[in-house]
Amino acid sequence: MELIRLNDVTKQYRNGVTALYDINLKVRKGDFVFVIGGSGSGKSTLIKMLYREEKPTRGDVFVGGLNVKKIRNGKVYKLRRKLGIVFQDYRLLPKLSVYENVAFALEAIGAKKSEIHTKTLRALELVGLKSKVRSYPSELSGGEQQRVAIARAIVNEPKLLLCDEPTGNLDPEMSMEIMRILESINEATKTTIIMATHDKDIVNQMAKRVVVLKDGRLINDYEKGKYADEDI
Amino acid sequence: MIMRKESMPMKIFRMLGRNIRDAFRSVFRNFSLSIASISCITITLIIVAISILATFNVNNFTKLIREDVTMVVYVEKDTPSSYLEGIEAKIKENPNVLTCRRKTKEEVKKEMQESYEIFKNIMGEWTESENPLKDTFQVTVKDIEEIKKTAEEITALDGIDFVDYGEKMVESLISVFKTVQKVSILIVIALIIVTVFLIMNTIKLTIFSRKREISIMRLVGASNFSIKTPFVIEGMVLGFIGSILPILIVIYGYYAFYKKMDGHLGSPLIKLISPEPFIYISAIIVLTIGMLVGMIGSYRAVRKYLKV
Repeated sequence: MELIRLNDVTKQYRNGVTALYDINLKVRKGDFVFVIGGSGSGKSTLIKMLYREEKPTRGDVFVGGLNVKKIRNGKVYKLRRKLGIVFQDYRLLPKLSVYENVAFALEAIGAKKSEIHTKTLRALELVGLKSKVRSYPSELSGGEQQRVAIARAIVNEPKLLLCDEPTGNLDPEMSMEIMRILESINEATKTTIIMATHDKDIVNQMAKRVVVLKDGRLINDYEKGKYADEDI
Repeated sequence: MIMRKESMPMKIFRMLGRNIRDAFRSVFRNFSLSIASISCITITLIIVAISILATFNVNNFTKLIREDVTMVVYVEKDTPSSYLEGIEAKIKENPNVLTCRRKTKEEVKKEMQESYEIFKNIMGEWTESENPLKDTFQVTVKDIEEIKKTAEEITALDGIDFVDYGEKMVESLISVFKTVQKVSILIVIALIIVTVFLIMNTIKLTIFSRKREISIMRLVGASNFSIKTPFVIEGMVLGFIGSILPILIVIYGYYAFYKKMDGHLGSPLIKLISPEPFIYISAIIVLTIGMLVGMIGSYRAVRKYLKV
């Protein structure tokens, strides 16, 4: 079953820059997909359209059967509750502890206290940070902070996890650890993962589906892909 | 794990509880800023409270004085008493007349004799036909502002000599009261507007200082309602804290004032409203205004600066 479908999607920003041209893409449930490409290739724009930070200028974006373009501003939260999103810069709240940062995602949607407690601890266990629940983001390494962000993204048991360069700020060793966590999430819960990256080693080592963007065009789509230099 | 489906109201209550907690937290987190808004609300509300107390009292004096004002209608001398009934009926026909009581010259004579020793002797010698006084009607009116017109209308009736109602005193009192009311209302409105803007500014800065938090809330799927509500509640909390001192002033201040003045202002004619339950009603009004102003200010800020 497909979870995501893009039909002839073009995105032009208000300043006239066209970030994506005529993209057609299908992603099945449970897939792990890398979106690769150089800077300005449109990776981030593609991810942003999947959580409706941006709307396509032309074409349609479907996520879980919903036409993202047609969701009104006031109803975007309904889509976001079905997604988890991880960014390069973690986006944690510095004044909240690790536990509170993860619980925040559930509090924001009005979950019960007991439910928040169980789910938060389970998510933190999954990323291997159960021992650091009381720490604050500033006391953690970059890799650990990103793991907190992943825990926050998956705490609501989303169907789709979007990652925009999650390893961009991390050294290779930490990056691989993050990738192992993402892979285990993908395998254990059948969560669909879409990850934008330009990290060649990771893509090659994971051997997952790879979608290649170049100057806003989808130029290649490999089933068990490699990061070929000529793609960039 | 089986999740029990819970009812919507429960969820709303829980979110509201969290919002109130967060609002108090935020007030103390941005304490210096909050203090500015709170003290502005406090000052405004003190003035609002004083004008409420003054306005209610002015209304009360006005009402008392109005109830007291009686128009005396003098019937032309030597009008046969059989005519009096017809005149009385005509006076009562006037739409502004509330009551009309006949007081014959004999009654007036008796009243005067009773009130002053000197009249007693002189008037005692008058027989009914010698009595130089005039038959009168004691008339009270519904709307005192129309009293002048009513007096003119009654004067124009057949058989009426003249009408006396102490016009100078009544009119000047009413105009003074009206001016006091208008000025106090203007001051209150101006202060409320200033306060709304100050609260807007405070909430704006809170919103800016929490931009990151708000953007993350949006990413994890918080609804617009749950993003906006904490700020509106924060405004109400500011209003609530700001109204504590004014309420104390209303309750203890008015009570002390009432005691010191012995229940009236200057002359015994101008009675103050007795403190209970008046002060409690005023306190509730002050609190309501405080929280409403806080809410309106923050709602406007949320509308303007929180693009969700």
